[in-house]
Amino acid sequence: MIRVLFFASLKEAVGLDHWECRVPQGGVSMPLDALLSALRQQLGAAGYAALTAENVRIALNQEFIDDRAAELRSGDEVAFLPPVTGG
Amino acid sequence: MNDIRVQTEDFSMPAEWERLRARLDAEAGAVAAFVGLVREVQGDASTVLSLEHYPGMTEKSIAAIVAEAERRWSLAAVTVIHRVGSLRPTEQIVLVLTASRHRAESLAACGYIIDCLKTDAVFWKREAAGRAARWVEATSDDVQRAARQRAAGGALPQSNRT
Repeated sequence: MIRVLFFASLKEAVGLDHWECRVPQGGVSMPLDALLSALRQQLGAAGYAALTAENVRIALNQEFIDDRAAELRSGDEVAFLPPVTGG
Repeated sequence: MNDIRVQTEDFSMPAEWERLRARLDAEAGAVAAFVGLVREVQGDASTVLSLEHYPGMTEKSIAAIVAEAERRWSLAAVTVIHRVGSLRPTEQIVLVLTASRHRAESLAACGYIIDCLKTDAVFWKREAAGRAARWVEATSDDVQRAARQRAAGGALPQSNRT
């Protein structure tokens, strides 16, 4: 399983705070692109559009990644982060 | 020598000041402090600011900012406390304490850390006032200040040392 987390405005946009994605049978990993396709199916066009907006960043195991071809393994945590602000 | 905390509870400035001071040796001659408070929105005292974070990644994002400050300036100790949860106007939201041998380092590092927290720390703020609520984003001023801080690379005016 790959654990997918949604934060703040994205949690509202997709109506979930987390989702679990099964790695395709027989495989040990899947590319991020494949996870995005699965999310499109799961969440519909509006939710998918929110997740793939230009200002949304993706973290793999709590590190930002830019590579859509990144390989995800079972047990990985993928998070969708809208623009952050602290202070 | 760093103390980074993300918590729902309030913090006590005098207690944190003493805690930091206990970590210093006789080489440290300066401590700079910044405390952020929740402001009301458009004069509405019923404003509620709700802060969300990503446990683990949020702490790492603060640690990365502090590590960069330590790379730029010689610091004796740093404390960063950031609150999450629901906060109301006048409540304390963030504390930054920096200690160094001379004042220039601690003052510069304190400013650097709070400016970078605005744009790089993994928090989300939802501001509710009356019936309106919105997700807060870093302002263009926040973004410019953080960019200037990053570009400055830790240079200190030479005359600033005492």
